[in-house]
Amino acid sequence: MAETAVSCEGVSVRFTSERGTVTALDRIDLTIPRGSFLTLLGPSGCGKSTLLRVMADLVQPSSGRVSVLGGAPQAARQSRQIGFVFQDAALLAWRTVLENVSLPLEVGGGKALPGARSPQELLALVGLSGWEKAYPHELSGGMRQRVAIARALVSGPRLLLMDEPFGALDEITRDRLNEELLQLWETTGTTIVFVTHSIYEAAFLGQSVLLLAARPGRVREQVPVELPMPRRLAQRETAEFVGLAGHLRRVLETC
Amino acid sequence: MAEQVAIGGFAEDAEADARFLARKRYLARRRRVLPLVAILAFLFLWWQAVVQFDIKPFIAPSPIAVAQVLIDRFGILMTNLLPTAIEAVCGFILGNFAAIALATAFVYSKTVEEALFPIAVMVNTIPVVAKAPILVLLLGNGMEPKIAIAAIICFFPTLVNMTRGLRDVRAEQLELMRILSATSSEVFFRVRVPNALPYLFSALKIAASTAVIGAIVGEWIGSNFGIGALIIQATYAFDSPMLYATIVVGSTFSALFFGVISLAERYMLRWHTVHRE
Repeated sequence: MAETAVSCEGVSVRFTSERGTVTALDRIDLTIPRGSFLTLLGPSGCGKSTLLRVMADLVQPSSGRVSVLGGAPQAARQSRQIGFVFQDAALLAWRTVLENVSLPLEVGGGKALPGARSPQELLALVGLSGWEKAYPHELSGGMRQRVAIARALVSGPRLLLMDEPFGALDEITRDRLNEELLQLWETTGTTIVFVTHSIYEAAFLGQSVLLLAARPGRVREQVPVELPMPRRLAQRETAEFVGLAGHLRRVLETC
Repeated sequence: MAEQVAIGGFAEDAEADARFLARKRYLARRRRVLPLVAILAFLFLWWQAVVQFDIKPFIAPSPIAVAQVLIDRFGILMTNLLPTAIEAVCGFILGNFAAIALATAFVYSKTVEEALFPIAVMVNTIPVVAKAPILVLLLGNGMEPKIAIAAIICFFPTLVNMTRGLRDVRAEQLELMRILSATSSEVFFRVRVPNALPYLFSALKIAASTAVIGAIVGEWIGSNFGIGALIIQATYAFDSPMLYATIVVGSTFSALFFGVISLAERYMLRWHTVHRE
């Protein structure tokens, strides 16, 4: 049990609206080992963001059991073990870069954070030293996501959940951030669950890729990625990577 | 600004920077000079019209006559401006505080909103000139009814804007606060309030000028002090230079009040994109 970061057993999520009930997730079984990097890949509507939000205690499962870091998701959230990075960074526009990264240390009713790290140190880690006093609107999209990553890591979480964090970025920035994220993962040892709809991103980042099918969202296949670490962008040109991406694409076509 | 440009790594071309800054300075100067030129041209045309068409002073005074009154009767104008200013500022503070408090209640309780918002709309539809006598009857002949009118005028735009600002928080920001296990007061003061500030200042800028109008209209009804009373007296006395001078004084105060709020906005919303070039 100690080696498991997240486990889901028969997790279903149903949303009810005037137009009827939609099954977003249908009996998901999943085990994520501690310290691993898992990518969630699937077409839109497959519930990958919902699954991430179940782990973050933002969405309650309609049925099934979820365990995060050995307890309920709520306990993991309240003990501030979860970091979350949103698609559009979700920075507070009225706070400087440094104030945004410091936010997790200020809120939460004044509870002590044993794993907390210095915001400056994290800004250095994401390559934004010297930008402490800038406001979010002065930054590029890639820089904003770096700030969001620094903010998610400042409380020292053991689980980092990322919801298409680089989805809105141009390809060059995205490639660079992918490499940097892998380095970050290696230095922090945090478990990362990363949602994406890019086949290349999923294959390049993950130690394994979880393929989800849509309507209703369900696990299609879990594909291990055997590429050695540390990975470099050039590895995407190897026959091994191309073969893997081809396999993922063929499975996705049937989702 | 120049410092930020340098951080961005665009500072290599000093000549282009200099050209850019010179152009910006020119545009800023133009923004100040053009309205001034327009005002002077307007005053000249007005003066010429009065002289050329031999318009009688009780119909429309020449700008020179108005300026003469502004100088000669400066003391009277100022003693009457003081109560109007006090009423406008007190009403402004009172009305906005009440609106902010009610907006906060709206955001946290749908019941309160559904019960009270229609009443706020109805009160807002009553014209100021109709509200004024009602409040004079209720509150007497002192400053109180004028303050009340100014407050009521400020109230509605602030209520609507503030409610919207407190409510229109991006879903991700609320999710973020939940992941951080933030308390509801932390969500309010660190997300909702700062998010509402740009909305609030739009309302406050409207309120700054309407509060003065409210106080003046309040003084029309059986008052013997203030800018509003002076307007009524000058009108009945066919003293058009005095009437115009009174309007100039009232408008100048209004503009200054607006300016103070704009400065406060600039200071409070340094982070806001709209205020940057």
